[in-house]
Amino acid sequence: MSLTVEETRTRNKELIEEVLSVYPEKSAKKRAKHLSVHEEGKSDCGVKSNIKSLPGVMTVRGCAYAGSKGVVWGPIKDMIHISHGPVGCGQYSWSTRRNYYIGTTGIDAFGTMQFTSDFQEKDIVFGGDKKLEKLIDEVEMLFPLNKGITVQSECPIGLIGDDIEAVSKKKAKEYAGKTIVPVRCEGFRGVSQSLGHHIANDMIRDWVFDKTDPNKNAFVGTPYDVAIIGDYNIGGDAWSSRILLEEMGLRVIAQWSGDGTIAEIENTPKAKLNVLHCYRSMNYISRHMEEKYGTPWVEYNFFGPSKIAASLREIAGHFDDKIKEGAERVIAKYSVLMDDVIAQFKPRLEGKRVMLYVGGLRPRHVIGAYEDLGMEVIGTGYEFGHNDDYQRTTDYVKDATLIYDDVTGYEFEKFVDKIKPDLVGSGIKEKYVFQKMGVPFRQMHSWDYSGPYHGYDGFAIFARDMDMAINSPVWNLTKAPWKK
Amino acid sequence: MTQSAEKVIDHEMLFRQPEYTEMFENKQKNFEYKHPEARIVEIQEWTKTKEYQEKNFAREALTVNPAKACQPLGAVFAAVGFANTLPFVHGSQGCVAYYRSHFSRHFKEPTSCVSSSMTEDAAVFGGLNNMVDGLANAYNMYKPDMIAVSTTCMAEVIGDDLDSFIKTAKTKGSIPEDYDVPFAHTPAFVGSHITGYDNALKGIVEHFWSKAGERTPIANKINFIGGFDGYTTGNLREIKRLLGLMGADYTILGDTSDIWDTPTDGEFRMYDGGTTKEEVKAAYNASATISFQEFCTEKTIKYIASKGQETVALNQPIGVTGTDQFLMEVSRLTSKPIPDAITKERGRLVDAIADSQAMIHGKKFALYGDPDLMLGLTQFLLELGAEPTTVLSTNGDDKWAAKVQALFDASPFGKNCKVYPKKDMWHLRSLLFTEPVEYLIGNTHGKYLERDVGVPLIRLGFPIFDRHHYHRFPIWGYEGGLRVLVMILDEMFERLDQSTIITAKTDISYDIVR
Repeated sequence: MSLTVEETRTRNKELIEEVLSVYPEKSAKKRAKHLSVHEEGKSDCGVKSNIKSLPGVMTVRGCAYAGSKGVVWGPIKDMIHISHGPVGCGQYSWSTRRNYYIGTTGIDAFGTMQFTSDFQEKDIVFGGDKKLEKLIDEVEMLFPLNKGITVQSECPIGLIGDDIEAVSKKKAKEYAGKTIVPVRCEGFRGVSQSLGHHIANDMIRDWVFDKTDPNKNAFVGTPYDVAIIGDYNIGGDAWSSRILLEEMGLRVIAQWSGDGTIAEIENTPKAKLNVLHCYRSMNYISRHMEEKYGTPWVEYNFFGPSKIAASLREIAGHFDDKIKEGAERVIAKYSVLMDDVIAQFKPRLEGKRVMLYVGGLRPRHVIGAYEDLGMEVIGTGYEFGHNDDYQRTTDYVKDATLIYDDVTGYEFEKFVDKIKPDLVGSGIKEKYVFQKMGVPFRQMHSWDYSGPYHGYDGFAIFARDMDMAINSPVWNLTKAPWKK
Repeated sequence: MTQSAEKVIDHEMLFRQPEYTEMFENKQKNFEYKHPEARIVEIQEWTKTKEYQEKNFAREALTVNPAKACQPLGAVFAAVGFANTLPFVHGSQGCVAYYRSHFSRHFKEPTSCVSSSMTEDAAVFGGLNNMVDGLANAYNMYKPDMIAVSTTCMAEVIGDDLDSFIKTAKTKGSIPEDYDVPFAHTPAFVGSHITGYDNALKGIVEHFWSKAGERTPIANKINFIGGFDGYTTGNLREIKRLLGLMGADYTILGDTSDIWDTPTDGEFRMYDGGTTKEEVKAAYNASATISFQEFCTEKTIKYIASKGQETVALNQPIGVTGTDQFLMEVSRLTSKPIPDAITKERGRLVDAIADSQAMIHGKKFALYGDPDLMLGLTQFLLELGAEPTTVLSTNGDDKWAAKVQALFDASPFGKNCKVYPKKDMWHLRSLLFTEPVEYLIGNTHGKYLERDVGVPLIRLGFPIFDRHHYHRFPIWGYEGGLRVLVMILDEMFERLDQSTIITAKTDISYDIVR
């Protein structure tokens, strides 16, 4: 079933019309702006984005709390992140994002724990500030090796008028200038996780950078100091990236924020270059560091050998010949492994068609890795992307690719049902829907409990996982023989 | 470089390779500004002491690693037990993303649920427009038989009135005037997921019964309520099988037996099974209702009793006595004898216990989880001759604790046992150090205690994220009792084998017959 580009375009346009027909008129009009067929040569993908989701449509999106606690702050391992409000938010996001770290959990690291103020009715009625004060005292008593505290606001905090900033200031003073960060990431703010990233970035600026003595941590810089920004170390991604940067001669002084520490965050303005993986969630702080500290930043993509090589060269371009040679040395070193991986898996995956729907950078960043394996991404979309994401996407997608922003459950199901891709890459909420339809699936947020996928070591795992999903014998069993 | 195309290794082994361990050491040494190792060990040891436990138990504001979730999660659970019913949670959308993910991680199944996606403007002006548009969208897209509405804490804090909002939505034509939209206020800052289940179920039952007029009771017809239960698929099917053997005339209010294990056959079933509206209406005239989980259905049971039905509230029938009690209640309420086939099943469970009792006798257990599960498991452990020395629940209250204590008091094996209401898993961590047990029973989060304390975890509870398919098998009834028994025994035998596996050292006891 090989369609020409024009046939694909027509088919995709018809599909969009079809899914829109199910909505009430007002909603159809709104959703129409988020669905598009990519036109080559355009500056973006032709969709509106970062707009409120329609009520009642089964959006996949999360909230600002998820963006702050779940994404940006949560992985900083030596701080205690309080889910401030009722018990649920912290409970559902407890350890589920697989931000790997090394530390003695409960003693000097706290990443896989759930700290909450567990709001009760009286806290709503009388306010939670007193409780928060006491809670911080209890944290200090029971977890004396914590290096800082963040207060991650859940919905009620902003609605009942609590002053978590005042509490944080007061307690920071009491505890000898301890880093205590109030974060206004209530779930109703903004339209998705995205505002939570932004708020979290701003709080690092205001409550870490601006309040910390730059000489707090004894630090001797080198000309080759870089910080990894926007890698949450899911399944160890930041590690399989760091190893490459170090092998090419750079010194990684900080990881933001997977396996990160508050000291690394504090030292980051001393980096010579910030290398930014997830643009969406950490471009804000990167821009700030450029403005305030003069630290340049560069985006990179460590999915698949083609993009890794291009990114290593681009990063090296910011340094001297020693590093440039280092980059070439690293690319050469891993080329045998990459050739082997491709020789092994490409014959099993060539020509397979993929539909993606993920967050952050992945709806575009992983396309190259699929293409390295001879696969084709025929549809993609962002859960919480902005227009600058869709602009960047034009460098990756082919003409007539189906684009869906903040896709609804109904739309995604219909698209997949009609297009019948060989693989869908999306999240836990989508996984079982498509597998029941008989469509191979990989979770592309959590790497389906596998990973890492970043870097050369990660690409081997990525290739193996895609092969496992698509070529599993289970897909031949979905129809009972007497029903065929 | 260790990675290879022939034998791809992932995170489990990759990060143990020297190129990575060396990198980790350098990162820690040069950039993390870690506390000295001796200090870490000192604090680690301190957390194991009685002194630490006292400070830990003196907490008033901080909750660490609780074993409970919030109300609307339970409301969604209740709603999907009704045929072609779409749960609709009024409030912030991130909450619904969390509930759906949470259920999918436990059941390895999709969970359909929509949100009214309230944002800042709704926080200021109220969420009426979100309700009006949300109901219209959900109704048009999915054509459910009914939409069951609950709330997040955001909608509760700003005081949105579901009753009037739904009426307005009907007036504005979002949904037909006679369309069924049962609702329940489910504030996350009151109770837990089991409270939400209770409120939502009561909302649905009340929706159909409040306008039903005079009851015309049907003798011997009964209703069942399963409650919030991580094993609902296996359990409700097992209960149906037993009731089928008894020939009982029954309705399950909130039948979640088919929704979380739909087939992979090329079709995605957004809804499957579930109690129909007609069945709910007809259930009004049943002579009695049995709840399997007292603490999960307090308000619903009270409401049903107020309508004139006899009500019986059990605490998860796990094991022999629990199942006996349940079957005898069914027999009494339906006037049907318990058939020999079931008596034989009972005998098989007793037989299995007799065969294995020496393994379990006198072993000390700590267990934590939802209140009714704790009661069911405590009762079973006591009848196995085990000692459930620590029974803890984050969402169990003093009334619950008194019931657990009554179980302890009724058994010689309960003498040294203690119940802990309203405590979390960080409290439990202290207890496991100061009052050690041999086995721990709980949900997936218990694996952190297994790691910290070294006590083996037997996974029984919710959520179970790191093992597959447990929910497909029952833990209720005699069959379910067998499953629980085997899970406990498997862990014990595995432990014994692990402790005797070293050649020429411990393998004297590495027995082939046990």
